[in-house]
Amino acid sequence: MTTTESSTAPSTALAETKKSGGLTAAASNYIDERTSISAAVKGLGRKVFPDHWSFMLGEVALYSFVVILLSGSFLTFFFQASMSEVHYDGSFVPLKGIEMSAAMASTLDISFDVRGGLLMRQVHHWAALLFVAAIGLHMLRVYFTGAFRKPRELNWVIGFILFILAMAEGFTGYSLPDDLLSGNGLRIIDGMVKGIPLVGTWITFLLFGGEFPGTDIVGRLYSLHILLLPAIIVALIALHLVFVVVHKHTQYPGAGRTNQNVAGAPILPLFAAKGGGFFFLVFGVIMLMGTFFTINPIWNYGPYDPSPVSAGTQPDWYIGFADGALRLIPPGLEFVGLGGTWSFNILIPLVGLGLFILLVMIYPFIEAWITGDKREHHVLDRPRNAPTRTAIGAAGVTFYAALWAAAGSDIIATHFHVTMEGVIHTMQALTILGPFAAYFIAKRVCLALQKKDREIVLHGYESGRIVRLPGGEYIEVHQPVNEYERWKLVDYSEYKPLMIRPDARGRITTGQRMRAGLSRWFFEDRISPVSTTEIEQSHGDHH
Amino acid sequence: MAKDDNGGKELAAADSSHGGPDVPIGTAVVTRDAIANPGFPPHDLRITDVDPKANRRAERTVYTLFYVSIVGSVFAIAAYMAFPINPEDPGSVRLNNLFIGLGLSLALLALGIGIVHWGKALMSNHEVIDERHPVRGSDETRARAVEIFEIANEESGFGRRTLIRNSLFGALIAFPLPAVVLFRGLGPDTDPVELLSHTLWKKGTRLAMDPSGTPIKAVDVTLGSAFHVIPEGLQDLEHGKLEEKAKAAVLLMRLKPEDLNELPERKDWSYDGIVAYSKICTHVGCPVALYEQQTHHLLCPCHQSQFDVANHCEVIFGPAKRPLPQLPIAVDSEGYLIAQSDFTEPVGPSFWERS
Repeated sequence: MTTTESSTAPSTALAETKKSGGLTAAASNYIDERTSISAAVKGLGRKVFPDHWSFMLGEVALYSFVVILLSGSFLTFFFQASMSEVHYDGSFVPLKGIEMSAAMASTLDISFDVRGGLLMRQVHHWAALLFVAAIGLHMLRVYFTGAFRKPRELNWVIGFILFILAMAEGFTGYSLPDDLLSGNGLRIIDGMVKGIPLVGTWITFLLFGGEFPGTDIVGRLYSLHILLLPAIIVALIALHLVFVVVHKHTQYPGAGRTNQNVAGAPILPLFAAKGGGFFFLVFGVIMLMGTFFTINPIWNYGPYDPSPVSAGTQPDWYIGFADGALRLIPPGLEFVGLGGTWSFNILIPLVGLGLFILLVMIYPFIEAWITGDKREHHVLDRPRNAPTRTAIGAAGVTFYAALWAAAGSDIIATHFHVTMEGVIHTMQALTILGPFAAYFIAKRVCLALQKKDREIVLHGYESGRIVRLPGGEYIEVHQPVNEYERWKLVDYSEYKPLMIRPDARGRITTGQRMRAGLSRWFFEDRISPVSTTEIEQSHGDHH
Repeated sequence: MAKDDNGGKELAAADSSHGGPDVPIGTAVVTRDAIANPGFPPHDLRITDVDPKANRRAERTVYTLFYVSIVGSVFAIAAYMAFPINPEDPGSVRLNNLFIGLGLSLALLALGIGIVHWGKALMSNHEVIDERHPVRGSDETRARAVEIFEIANEESGFGRRTLIRNSLFGALIAFPLPAVVLFRGLGPDTDPVELLSHTLWKKGTRLAMDPSGTPIKAVDVTLGSAFHVIPEGLQDLEHGKLEEKAKAAVLLMRLKPEDLNELPERKDWSYDGIVAYSKICTHVGCPVALYEQQTHHLLCPCHQSQFDVANHCEVIFGPAKRPLPQLPIAVDSEGYLIAQSDFTEPVGPSFWERS
């Protein structure tokens, strides 16, 4: 960004606008003389954004957040974040006269008595589900293409915090209507927090303003949901985007693209058109979902009551992995000793998931340390060209997916007519063994794809044209790729494992040993990009 | 290929992504004979660039879509008025939702498709190339930044006047501490452990149906049946109804007395095969609401812990550890089921101070 040239910009802009005249020019001049905004236009207006479908995932997240803000603001005008008891007196006949909290009653009113209210509720909920999903997919894109590498490590961390905050927003919002399902969700949170040694009991006591469920929690979650969390999210999104501007967007390998340039559409007009249009598309699709697909029909669940619960209840999708972890823990892990009760059946999922997401957060720093690579990277890796990273990612995805699927263990058991115990044991095995299998398979697939790329570069692609030689032999004609296509297949860095070398005092530290070991793990199996010499040799073979 | 305004001015050599000769850092392999970047491929023209007819067609499509979008918005407003919610007719909510939603979806999608089509078909799609510069500040900038900090340090004496500096740190650390204290007010001035250890049940409290509150007679509990139970009087509480219910909810079941394997000290906690257990799961507190009559197993629908009613509700599967607490019951002179006492241990999820 080059906003530093702003000092000279207004005068030139002034001179130009004076000349051209007209209302727009006059207005622009008026604003610029008071804001020096021409500098921002100059700096940002023709900023380049590369084009790729996977770059839209972050946009989906951003736009669904805007939809959440819009629909959420509408809902606040009708929702009452109060747990005071009322007798429902709205249009939904089956619940008429039932005792419930004002929160539940006002949510029912939004659904049944406010025109368009149900639509806005469903739009809000669908947009929230999409928001978290889009962030998750965006993170996967960033991970598997190595976009988190220097200089973008900090932006990865910001994005990661946004993911956590999005889930927190989701959970607090889910809890607000005070219906049977959300109350049970809070009950589970209460039980989990109580399992924390030493302070757990007091934390829940303070959180709920006394015993569960109390009459405070909805109001408190509401403050978090509409004030504190959105404020932090908006600030972090702004920071996230500032970094995108500072770093300039990454690009996939392609002919002409280098680490020193970025090629794509300028913000004005093309990227603004595509991005702006895409916002309306995302909004429109969410609107269609809100129109046609019911989400969270609280009128079927009824108000919260600690006694009943229906079978087959599920949290919103993004909480699934935590719920699954709670289900998969083997029996009997709770002990009394050292002055208190140790609920390892809760602590292991809590700490385990904590470590897992911590690993996700610090992964860029781990990889940077292992590779020792201090260069800036603006050209993305194709996932196959970083086999170990891709394999680690596949293992992580499998771990998450197994926990997530476990949150539906009862549904799986009833739908497929298998035993509950069988499902749980299978999921336990999948959670532990699945990541190893995924790691191994993904790594081999990556190496195989790299070999295929080499083959194509050296000998061309299979043209599908079969030729019979004079001797009667059939061969398939291979067509060489053109140099632009070829570049995509060879533009990646190759790394070799780190050698252990004694430091200045002649010692080999444990840290160094570990680093060398990890480096060997990362880079021992590798396929080099094709070199010019190899190409020349292969041509020699053919002719 | 167009260049942007600020490109190419202060071109510093950023590191190459691909083994150029100047890549000494890290473990990247330096390839001397790497294939050279062929440069940008020639620009492909779109049909709208070469065919004026296609160009006009695209233009027509775009403005038609914008008009369609206006129609969608108007339709949504009209639907708002034409399909009001009629409290007498439950279907009216559905129509209201459907038609407002359709109008808005049409407005948004037509607008979105129109703008994107405008961009993709009509706006220049020549790739613009922007130069990158290293993210780090230039050496002069960094030197100047260091200099500014040094001047600031000199002028303020921040490094020199250590007493001022350290006491400032102390004050900055101390001033948020009152906020921590303020948050004590989030919970009332009662001991949570005391509250968690007692429920509404006491000697002589009748077992009543949930939610009606009708007391239950022992003769009404037929073999194999299960009742959702609350303490009598819970429904009449002015305050804290849900808090009490969250602790006091009980499941009542009748088994054949010979099916019950009762501990000697709990022999008189049941009545003629009728047993009462806390309904609140000892894992994280969901209601253990599913009773399987044939096997006498209770299943928690949240995390699938299973409890064996025949064996004092000990855990036979799932993450829970402790058996569900048993409520000692008896029958009063009128034949109603009553509690002999409160639960003898805290119900619900484990907590640190429990034992």
